[in-house]
This record gives sequence, C-alpha cells and structure tokens, in this order.
Amino acid sequence: MIRIALLVAGKDLRIERRSRVLLWQVVPFGVMALLLSGLALGPSQAGHSSAAPGLFYLVIVLVALLMINRSHAIETTAGTRASVATLGLDPAGVFLGKAVALAIELWLTAIVLLAGSVVVLHTALHGTLEAVPSILVTLGAIAGAGTLYGALTSGGNAAATLLPVLSLPTFAPLLIAGERSFNSALHGGALLQWWVISVVALAVYLALGILLYGVLEES
Amino acid sequence: MASDFPLLSGVDLELQPSSLTVLVGANGAGKTSLLRLLAGLVGLSAGEGWVLGLDLASVDRRQIRRRVGWLGHEGSFYDDLSVAENLTFAAKALGRPTDELTTVLDRVELTARRDIAAKQLSAGQRRRLGLAWLLLRRPELWLLDEPYASLDDEGRTFFDELLGDVVERGATVLVSAHDPLRSARLRPRTLVMAGGRIVSES
Repeated sequence: MIRIALLVAGKDLRIERRSRVLLWQVVPFGVMALLLSGLALGPSQAGHSSAAPGLFYLVIVLVALLMINRSHAIETTAGTRASVATLGLDPAGVFLGKAVALAIELWLTAIVLLAGSVVVLHTALHGTLEAVPSILVTLGAIAGAGTLYGALTSGGNAAATLLPVLSLPTFAPLLIAGERSFNSALHGGALLQWWVISVVALAVYLALGILLYGVLEES
Repeated sequence: MASDFPLLSGVDLELQPSSLTVLVGANGAGKTSLLRLLAGLVGLSAGEGWVLGLDLASVDRRQIRRRVGWLGHEGSFYDDLSVAENLTFAAKALGRPTDELTTVLDRVELTARRDIAAKQLSAGQRRRLGLAWLLLRRPELWLLDEPYASLDDEGRTFFDELLGDVVERGATVLVSAHDPLRSARLRPRTLVMAGGRIVSES
C-alpha cells in the first residue's frame, strides 16, 4: 500500500509540476480571493486580524475544491481510467497517494496565503507561525475527505456541482476547528482542543478512504 | 432503461489461446461493450462468461483486470507526463524493473521521443505508447479497441507486425475494427458484430 501511495503521490505531483495548474491558476486565484476578501471588509477592518483565520479558511476551501476536481480529472481523461484500472493498483494505496499529493499542494498554497494574510490582513507573524501545526493537520484532513468525495463525484456530468454540495457539510466542522485554533494561536485560547478535532478527523478520513476508496472507484 | 436495450445479447464467443481475433462492425454494434466486459471494466448483467478461467458473474473484476491489457483508441496514459515517465509509472506499479524501458521503447520506435509529453505525440505515436505500456505489462489477453483508427498505412503495418509477434509469443489478442484487417501476414479469425450480436464469422 505504501509503495503504491508513494508512486501515485509522486505521479500526481509531477503532473502538477508539468501542467503548472497550481502555480498559474490555483495559487493566483487564492491570492486574489484573499485580497478581495480583505478589501470587502473595508479599509477600517482590513487590518483587523480577527477576521483573518476565517478568511484564510474560506479561501482554502475554494482552492481545495478546485484542486480536488483537478486531482480526479487527471484520472478520468479518455482511456486513462481503463488502462490504469488494468494495472491492478491497490485502491488503498491510490487513495493515500492522491490524498498525500493533495495535502502537499494545499500546504504549498497555504504558505502563500499565510504570507498574504500577514501582509494584507496584518495577522501577527508569531501567532501565524504558532498556528501552522494545526493548519497542517486541518488541511491534511480536508485532503483526505476531499479525495474520498472526489472519487464519489468524479466521472459524472455534474461533478463540479456535486463536489461542493456533498463535501461542504463534511468540511464545515474542519473549517470551524481550523478557524478556532488559528484564532486561538493569534489571540490566545484553547488551541489544543480545536486541534484535537482536526487530528481525529484526519485519522477518521484516512481510515474511511483506505477502506472505501476501492468500492467508490468500482461504483 | 438500460435493461430494456441490452448492449450485448446472445453473444457466443470462445477465444483460442495464442490467437488473433478481430471484431468487425459499425459504430454501436457492441464491439467496445464486449471488449470492456472481457476486460472487467463493466460487469455482466445476465448470462455467463469466463475470462482466463475466471467467472465473469462472480469474480472480483479486479482479478480480471490484472491479467488483461487494454488499449483504447483515445490513448491510455497521463498526457502531462513524458513517454518515459508514463512507462516508468506502469513498470513501477507492476513491480517490474525499469531497465526494460529501453527495450520496449526501441520496439515501438519511440526512443527519440522518450522525453516528450504524451499530449505532444501524434495519433500514431500515442498508439505506440499504448502498445509500449502493454509490452511492459505482458498481459495474457490483449484487448484493443479500434487500434487502427486514424493510423496511416505505415502505422497499420507497424501495428500488424507487432501483433503478429505478440501472438507468436503466446498471447491471445482480440481487436475491434471498422473493417477487416488487410494484413498479408496476419490471418485472424474475423467476427462481424451488429446490434450487440455476433452475426457472422469468417
């Protein structure tokens, strides 16, 4: 399983490096969304860092939806799905590999967005750095859940519509936990208890994905 | 409803080991559906069938897919990866040594294009990449869905030569095509399909 996971993750990341979709489409979209969110708050509130964690996760979820669709689109191009299916890859390994690649892409995007948050929304650098471990875990959980839901909706005509509709209720607790822990890191509070929610969600979605991904692919 | 209009009906087909069989028919005749069924890509809704000794009605289709090779006319790989990267991915997935790549690339005459992205290949070269993928896999049963589509004469000849070699080495090959093969070397069994049935054989 681990061998296939590493192989699939490496393949997905190589495809992203080649296609530059992350670099030229997703990250600029995220930066623009963060900037516009800051402007929407108005000049007096734009530098108010209490809004920053919420805005950060709002942009992350938009970016994540784009990335999840992209992650599954590369598997469903004409002919590829059938040929790769005949390689007999372990579905658990494929799930883990795609989730890891998606998590790495989200982490890279988060670095840019956090830097943007410090510059545009004036979040405290120290607090932002303190929030990084919880952000890594929360984004890992989003990657796990997103990979699972991406498999559920991929291939259908309405995949781009179904994915947010089905996944947002799942993302909601993660976003709340992530926003709360980021806020706690910035302003003090119970950072750990919110972080635990993300850790548990990460473990649950990885376990579910390992168990169910093969069934979803077959269906 | 799909069950009211079965894609395949009354198909009776037995393939001999180490043989080449061509399914000929117009669009919608059921050629691709039959190939996908035999590849384990779709399930059997009624009737009975065995592929490589595996019961289509009850087997986990993944067991079939591991033993067959599939080549569709639209391509079979990741467009953004290079020729060599696609084949390396397949080799590693199968646990095969990647040093076979050089031999396979030479066989399909893609050595000079090994670092080109798959999406930059011509239709004929994409088909050769698909063949290279299958040569690496060495499946027992080759299922090729309209591999001659949009190939020029040189491409068709190349394909015929390679299929001849593959059959001589013991593989069983089932090909779908719009027209009967014109090759002088290959003397395949030709089955004509229409309306989801095999209507004649030559």
